[in-house]
Amino acid sequence: MAAPLSVQVEFGGGAELLFDGVKKHQVTLPGQEEPWDIRNLLVWIKKNLLKERPELFIRGDSVRPGILVLINDADWELLGELDYQLQDQDSILFISTLHGG
Amino acid sequence: MPAPRCASCHKARAALRRPRSGQALCTTCFCAAFEAEVLHTVVAGRLLPPGAVVAVGASGGKDSTVLAHVLRELAPRLGISLHLVAVDEGIGGYRDAALAAVRRQAARWELPLTVVAYAELFGGWTMDAVARSTAGSGRSRSCCTFCGVLRRRALEEGARRVGATHVVTGHNADDMAETVLMNFLRGDAGRLARGGGLGSPGEGGALPRCRPLQLASQKEVVLYAHFRRLDYFSEECVYAPEAFRGHARDLLKLLEAARPSAVLDLVHSAERLALAPAARPPPPGACSRCGALASRALCQACALLEGLNRGRPRLAIGKGRRGLDEEGSPREPQPSGPPTSEPIPGF
Repeated sequence: MAAPLSVQVEFGGGAELLFDGVKKHQVTLPGQEEPWDIRNLLVWIKKNLLKERPELFIRGDSVRPGILVLINDADWELLGELDYQLQDQDSILFISTLHGG
Repeated sequence: MPAPRCASCHKARAALRRPRSGQALCTTCFCAAFEAEVLHTVVAGRLLPPGAVVAVGASGGKDSTVLAHVLRELAPRLGISLHLVAVDEGIGGYRDAALAAVRRQAARWELPLTVVAYAELFGGWTMDAVARSTAGSGRSRSCCTFCGVLRRRALEEGARRVGATHVVTGHNADDMAETVLMNFLRGDAGRLARGGGLGSPGEGGALPRCRPLQLASQKEVVLYAHFRRLDYFSEECVYAPEAFRGHARDLLKLLEAARPSAVLDLVHSAERLALAPAARPPPPGACSRCGALASRALCQACALLEGLNRGRPRLAIGKGRRGLDEEGSPREPQPSGPPTSEPIPGF
């Protein structure tokens, strides 16, 4: 049983183009039975924020390889990746690396 | 579940785990380690000696932005001076926006900037014109094949114009690994053998060039840019979806997810390859048209332009290069030049 949460979801490195070009989204996640982890956040993002071509952002139940995920400015690898339990006021940043440099 | 403490300073929380060592570092220690490694790459390889005038290939993208930023930090210690060189391939709607980012960077960093344009160097052939010329053949346009060759030539020319002694580009470990895969997939033994090492010393009159970031994984380049709040241009070139490199990149990303060290391991494997005697390319000579290093009568750039100017753009692509006047007398050229109808340049 998860309480409602207020989090900031950000997109960078070109990923924002899939979200109408909007980089920062202040998001309120509703209370629900399932816990709010990154896995469920991705489902929510796909349903509520993603404007086009979901295959460029999501693959399976995770992000497309080449998209970095930072939670409060730390690599999600250190925090359990999809299993990380979201906390109120967390900031989740998705940076795409899939473009020329 | 908070992040572990930094393995270096033991005070701050770690921000990432380095792909190669698995070591967890905070942002400060990671940025310091990243810069130290670039410094080490340059110094240990004697890539940029004191007094070097360094032309930095600047596209506005993440890699060249990080490259220019780090070299600018290290410049006093290395005793080098920097000059940004940007190439305008003539890709509408893309390159103009990227060049705007480069100009902002040049102003912020107070570095001189020179822009060289394909249109000027290659007799009016912008990438958009090349794309139109190669369209409709039923196969992929391969305009990226042209761009790779011509951009290197344009960068060289820009570097000469500013009196540079060395050229640097922002290729990272992922780029190098993708190139290894591409060369394998295309059966290009010559490039496989030449592609390793830290750069080319500059044979045949070309300026020495190197890639100070080539041991840095792309992920770390992006995170460094993020932690240092560097502003870069992050849109994909409009022609990029057609490039063969995309297949190599997709494969590499999947491999990396399963085994993070695969990127650097691929590069090291290629460096240790020895070619079978039959596969070794002949020693290169000089292009009969422009004098640049070439393994055949015409260098790749001149061969590609020859094909474009004859209205037969695929002439110089792929093996064989049939139809070019490399053995006997020249054939009658087709009346289908670049948009400005200027004579074939002597470049």
